[in-house]
Amino acid sequence: MKKSVFFGAVATAGLLAGAASAQTLAEVQDRDSLRCGVTTGLVGFAAPDETGEWEGFDVAVCRAVAAAVLGDGSKVEFIPTTGSTRFTALASGEIDLLARNTTWTFSRDVDLEFEFVGVNYYDGQGFLVRKDLGVTSATELDGATVCIQTGTTTELNLADFFRANGMSYEPVPIETNAEAQQQYLANACDVYTTDASGLAATRAAFEAPDDHMLLPEIISKEPLGPLVRHGDNVWGDIARWTLNALITAEELGVTSENLEEMMAGTDNPEINRLLGTEGNLGEMLGLEADWAANAIAVAGNYAEIFEANIGEETAIGLARGLNAQWTDGGLLYSPPFR
Amino acid sequence: MSDTHANTIAFVRETQLPPSPPPAAETGAIKWVRENLFSSILNSILTLLSLLVIFMVLKGMVPWFWNSTWNANSLSECREAGTGACFAVIRERWPQFFFGFYPSTEYWRPLLTFVLLFPALAPILFNKVPQKALFFTLLYPFIGYWLIWGGSLGGPVATLLGVVVAYCVYRTLVAQAPVIALLASVAAVVIWMLFINGFAADALAGVFGAGLEEVDSRNIGGFLLTMILGIVSISLALPLGILLALGRQSDLLIIKAICVGFIEFIRGVPLITLLFVASVLLSYFLPPGTTFDLVLRVIILITMFAAAYLAEVVRGGLAALPRGQYEAADSLGLDYWQAIRLIIMPQALKISIPGIVNVFIGLYKDTTLVSIISMYDPLGVVQPILADSDWNGILWELYGFVALFFFISCYSMSQYSRYLENKLRTDHR
Amino acid sequence: MTAMTDTQPDEGFRLSQLIYDTRYRSITIQIIALICVLVGIGWLVNNAVTNLAEAGQDFNFDFLGNVAGYDINQKIIDYDSQMTHGRATLVGLLNTLLVAVLGCITCTIIGVTMGVLRLSNNWIVQKLATVYVEGFRNVPVLLWIVLTMGVMIKIPPDPRQFRSGDASMMLWDSVAITNRGVYVPRIMYESGSAIVVGVLLLSIAAIFGFRHYARKQQEATGKILPVLWVSLGLLFIPAILAQVVMGSPIGLQNPYFRGFNFTDGVHLRNSLIALWLALSLYTGAFVAENVRAGILAVSKGQSEAAASLGIRPSRIMNLVVLPQAMRVIVPPMISNYMNLTKNSSLALAIGYMDLTGTLGNITRNQTGREMECVIMLMAIYLCLSLSISAVGNWYNNSVKLKER
Repeated sequence: MKKSVFFGAVATAGLLAGAASAQTLAEVQDRDSLRCGVTTGLVGFAAPDETGEWEGFDVAVCRAVAAAVLGDGSKVEFIPTTGSTRFTALASGEIDLLARNTTWTFSRDVDLEFEFVGVNYYDGQGFLVRKDLGVTSATELDGATVCIQTGTTTELNLADFFRANGMSYEPVPIETNAEAQQQYLANACDVYTTDASGLAATRAAFEAPDDHMLLPEIISKEPLGPLVRHGDNVWGDIARWTLNALITAEELGVTSENLEEMMAGTDNPEINRLLGTEGNLGEMLGLEADWAANAIAVAGNYAEIFEANIGEETAIGLARGLNAQWTDGGLLYSPPFR
Repeated sequence: MSDTHANTIAFVRETQLPPSPPPAAETGAIKWVRENLFSSILNSILTLLSLLVIFMVLKGMVPWFWNSTWNANSLSECREAGTGACFAVIRERWPQFFFGFYPSTEYWRPLLTFVLLFPALAPILFNKVPQKALFFTLLYPFIGYWLIWGGSLGGPVATLLGVVVAYCVYRTLVAQAPVIALLASVAAVVIWMLFINGFAADALAGVFGAGLEEVDSRNIGGFLLTMILGIVSISLALPLGILLALGRQSDLLIIKAICVGFIEFIRGVPLITLLFVASVLLSYFLPPGTTFDLVLRVIILITMFAAAYLAEVVRGGLAALPRGQYEAADSLGLDYWQAIRLIIMPQALKISIPGIVNVFIGLYKDTTLVSIISMYDPLGVVQPILADSDWNGILWELYGFVALFFFISCYSMSQYSRYLENKLRTDHR
Repeated sequence: MTAMTDTQPDEGFRLSQLIYDTRYRSITIQIIALICVLVGIGWLVNNAVTNLAEAGQDFNFDFLGNVAGYDINQKIIDYDSQMTHGRATLVGLLNTLLVAVLGCITCTIIGVTMGVLRLSNNWIVQKLATVYVEGFRNVPVLLWIVLTMGVMIKIPPDPRQFRSGDASMMLWDSVAITNRGVYVPRIMYESGSAIVVGVLLLSIAAIFGFRHYARKQQEATGKILPVLWVSLGLLFIPAILAQVVMGSPIGLQNPYFRGFNFTDGVHLRNSLIALWLALSLYTGAFVAENVRAGILAVSKGQSEAAASLGIRPSRIMNLVVLPQAMRVIVPPMISNYMNLTKNSSLALAIGYMDLTGTLGNITRNQTGREMECVIMLMAIYLCLSLSISAVGNWYNNSVKLKER
């Protein structure tokens, strides 16, 4: 959710670039666990429950990759990172995969030398207000007090948005989502702005979520996705195709429930290739033949993960919107498994 | 004489009259109140104002405590159960306040480490304890490390062996040339750590078996983290601080300049900037490819921080010693280190013990700053609780609990330091 | 060991003398130490250069000239998001100085009051002062800061309650205490206000002149002039006259509610108040201890001697005890001021835009110039600390006992 433009991590990226290239897979297999960087706590995306067990949408991606590589979705160490520590952690090799609603931007991909393996959530920056404030559009916010997380791209987007519309505002800088929530609920700020998904998750945690609403304006593009270090293409491929496997599974109707019978063999050759009963896609990746089946078995396909963590049935209640399959008018489009 | 006396005066009282009771206003509680509360107009006003303040505070606090709820699963349940404080959150989350995300089946390990701390400290704090107990104090860091981080006993034992080897080297050479002996023992430690330690640890791990379950640094949090940071840093900082203080007092110009520069630099910048260095900058200054634990990085920087402050305290102790002590040592023909070790330091340290305790208290409180670089110290642990939808909006109970804990530990330490100050005051004032 | 060199002085310099001869040994040790330190620093710098080079980064401060892009709520000088990072840093530095100066003033007032009250013979006042001192000293300052911020956010009414009438402004509608901060009237200068200000400055000069004259008079004749009343009169009466004569050119603009917030007043933000209050109260507890120790350090004989001369108790405090206590109080006071300034960097935790908030956090995150930002941050704080201790030492020397 935080999208700090944290180029400094470049240094540490270079620091370990030599040591870390092309051996992440071997390291993970030796260690028999995947180290996955997540947020410090955003309900629905990644948050520890009271027993310390991590759950959420991003967490599910981590577990799927762990299952694909190690055959067991529980072999993950979750490492909480903040907006400013996440890139250092990935670059220094402290984590193998960063799944922390991180926006895919040019400079992060090219300058910071990270590889975004895909987009698991198409997002944009929105505004959360109280309904009784009587505001229906972000253009009516002239003079408002706005809570904003520091060191993020949202901060820059916000400044641009208000300047472009010739409005003034009073920024209240805060460090974490929890603090923002405190201030917003105490009415110390009129508006809270960050990624729309984050706002939905925050709103869901309120005592009376219905008193609050998201304004219709989305003022930026924020494609969020997991990322790995540059230079280890084998590992990058594994992460990318695990994510694609989850998306394709939804497209082909493979769920965690019918996985068993699908594994027995189907008439659809693409399903067979995906689940490893036909062809040798797993071998090409350097994994077992049933890697994708393992990944799907943990928490189901993309749709199941979405519905279980952030979907309309949950407290967060996000609609699929842009994140529907391309066949349903969304942007999710996995390259074919062939 | 007595006859005439007896005859001339009709009556002489032979016993003294019993003293009549003092006026009511001059006795007991009334006197105390008059003298201590209403001795003048100004004092009366102050007393009434103070009573008003106390009343206001109690009016706010007592119902809050009285109506508090201990049994609930969320804030909304709390609000239904009572109008006061919601201590149920403490009840549910106390393990995180004390241990962070330490595995719950292993809580006995940090507890045992904490209990063992007292026998380890005893020979230092009380001089009645036999000096043999110092062996346990020396062993304690290894035991503590093994208990908290777990893993095989092999690692700590191998490191301990390295230290023992270095000590043997020192003992065999010290008779001929103390300086060379010191350098040789340092070299021995370095060589052991770089080349032998790994093999020894593996070999010993085979002997000792798997040992305890390993616990990652990032799972250590709460007051446990505060204790580890505080105690480890202060014990490492003490020798460093003494050296810096000696350097600052020394006649050797270059050494003095280096020490003054270091001390003034560290004391001139806020701790938070040093923590920034630990969290983002330290990796730049190490050879490419080196990464190590954030807890260790933070300990290094906090140690430097504490050493600079301790150096100033010890310097005060050194400055307080009369010049004659140095001259007496010289006249006995002691060399510099002998004089320092046998004459100067025992006295200087005795003078500076209260100051050292104060630095420790300051450091202990300052460890809360690590929450800013997202470590789960007691203040950091509050964040995930605030983010939890069950406890959304709770604040005073959490901060109050943390404040209470810090108050109790810091207050008892400062009382101890005051007691020491009185006990050690051997001059007659 | 040294005997050999003593008996055979003619043999000239030998290499072993560098270790065994005390005359040379100190030089040897110093040179070795210097070499070790230089090698150590060189090693660190070399690593940094290698790491930066591998990352394709350089070390320069050009980013300070780039557009910052972010907004800062509290700015003493003009600033908007199109100005540079350097300007943002300056805004942050001024905010740091603001809170440091305010904090130093209030912590002194609080500390001296509490220190004196702790020595009061009023039992209950003394105990209350002790509770204050121990309570604030023994809890981390960061906790006080976040706790004060929590109070500021949760307790006062929010601005919209003023609109609906659930809350009202104080002091004849001039001050509004909200959970977004406190709004106080702004001073408006209209034409002619220069004259009023000029009169005020002249009165202040006159006060100094009068005090000087009064002291001279007292030394010469022993007569004590009523300095306080005359000073107060000089300060207020001419200025008020000028204000009336010129037709009230200096006015107050009360804040009023419009749209989402109060406007037109001076906005003291929550973060500023919380930081200021918490730092003053925390440091005040330490100051109180120093003041108490200073007063106790003046030997009882001094005040007894003064009392035997028939001096009144209040004058004993002012003329005998406090001047002597100052010598004990001042040095730790300087380090308290230094600590307060350094602790103001904890503003980061509550979003006060001080130097750490701008340069050390947002600029650092947005530009990714970790090394430059942290080094610059440390350098600025170091300069601040050194100047505080320089001023303190200068003052300390001036109050120090002059031994003749």
